[in-house]
Amino acid sequence: MLIPTPLRSYTANAAAVSAHGTTLDQLVSDLDRQYPGLRFRIIDEQGAIRPHIRFFVNRLATRDLASALSENDEVMIVGALSGG
Amino acid sequence: MAKIKSARDRRVTLLVSTRKGLWQLQSDPARRTWHVTGPQFLGHTVHHCIVDSRDKRVMLAAARTGHLGPTVFRSSDRGRTWHEAKQPPAFREGSGRVVDHTFWLTPGHASMPSVWFAGTSPQGLFRSDDGGATWRGVEGLNEHPQRKAWCGDDQAGTPDGPKLHSILIDPRDARHMYIGMSSGGVFESTDGGSNWRPLNRGVRADFLPDPDPEYGHDPHCVRLHPALPDRLYQQNHCGIYRLDRPAERWQEIGAAMPKSVGSIGFPMVLHPRDPDTIWVFPMDGSQVWPRVSPGGKPAVYRSVNGGKTWQRHAKGLPKNQAWLTVKRQAMSADAAEPAGVYFGTTSGEVWSSRDEGRSWKCIAAHLPHIYAVETA
Repeated sequence: MLIPTPLRSYTANAAAVSAHGTTLDQLVSDLDRQYPGLRFRIIDEQGAIRPHIRFFVNRLATRDLASALSENDEVMIVGALSGG
Repeated sequence: MAKIKSARDRRVTLLVSTRKGLWQLQSDPARRTWHVTGPQFLGHTVHHCIVDSRDKRVMLAAARTGHLGPTVFRSSDRGRTWHEAKQPPAFREGSGRVVDHTFWLTPGHASMPSVWFAGTSPQGLFRSDDGGATWRGVEGLNEHPQRKAWCGDDQAGTPDGPKLHSILIDPRDARHMYIGMSSGGVFESTDGGSNWRPLNRGVRADFLPDPDPEYGHDPHCVRLHPALPDRLYQQNHCGIYRLDRPAERWQEIGAAMPKSVGSIGFPMVLHPRDPDTIWVFPMDGSQVWPRVSPGGKPAVYRSVNGGKTWQRHAKGLPKNQAWLTVKRQAMSADAAEPAGVYFGTTSGEVWSSRDEGRSWKCIAAHLPHIYAVETA
């Protein structure tokens, strides 16, 4: 997984980490298990991706946490660029 | 009654929460010179940072960033190091509600040293029993069958988001609490938050179809005097009010303000010892609610008789073309003798008075948009 700079305080500044899951939702949960607190910063309490967060799976954008994943998929989390 | 600080102890620390991080300002014992340190949480929107009145080493800060969701940080060494809450304030899963940001933090009653309360946007009340590490909703309010009638939809709020603020604990009774909701009004609980009732009689709501409703008001800031806990003041969207319990009807004290200035503003500041001395920072509430100093001439107004009369204090402040905005948590007083009064502006200035508001000096500038100024 590729981690954007706003989340690297959770990953000890690692830009890329490994996580496991057969869906994007499971992957983020595994990420939270490894780096507690990270999930709530990008997924709200109703299970929705926060408005300015984007996920790319193998460079394709998705907002569906049920998206199926395969081993060695590359998942990128992006803080959408906006505002000033 | 608040203790008067000795000369040696008169160094004051201000916690300045801004749209881009947290700064601290520390004074010399005379409060003449100030040293700015920070930032901490650079790039985070820090809505509120407050010291624990029961243990001055402890601080809590409510933060989020433009992209990341809301959280709470705790320090137990006066802000040197911070640890994030394991479970920040969040609404019940399945409720359909989402905390946009934690807006207001209040230490619990002195008899409950690990208890904290948080108010959120949209309106939600949360409690921590472990010093801010984990938070749970106060369901007596968040799930109250009348909540939606009181507050409206989560999207129907002020441009910065509807808020729960002004969480007040009666120092004589931990179960007796007040809160302010914008919008919603002032509400009271006598059972530790299990149930709530509106307490708004006498407060105008002239933006509603019924100008004298039971709820739906817009209190901007509500304060309870620690030395006289039956005395409440509020700066409201529709004026300034005072309530002396057990009375139920607020008295409008803003009517005594000059008509050319009006009685609209955000903060409400109480003297640390004298329940009759209060400060407000009037802002233009006309037409489209510009919320800047009326006429570009900023002034603090002080009453020393519980709001019967008001005095304008502008010495040291810019005389014109100064369109200052001061938000509801961005003005406070210290506990020294004479009391110091402070305010921070959305244009990033911090102003200080060491003579109870009579004269003012700018002690910091060029900070980001200031949300809160608290003494520590």
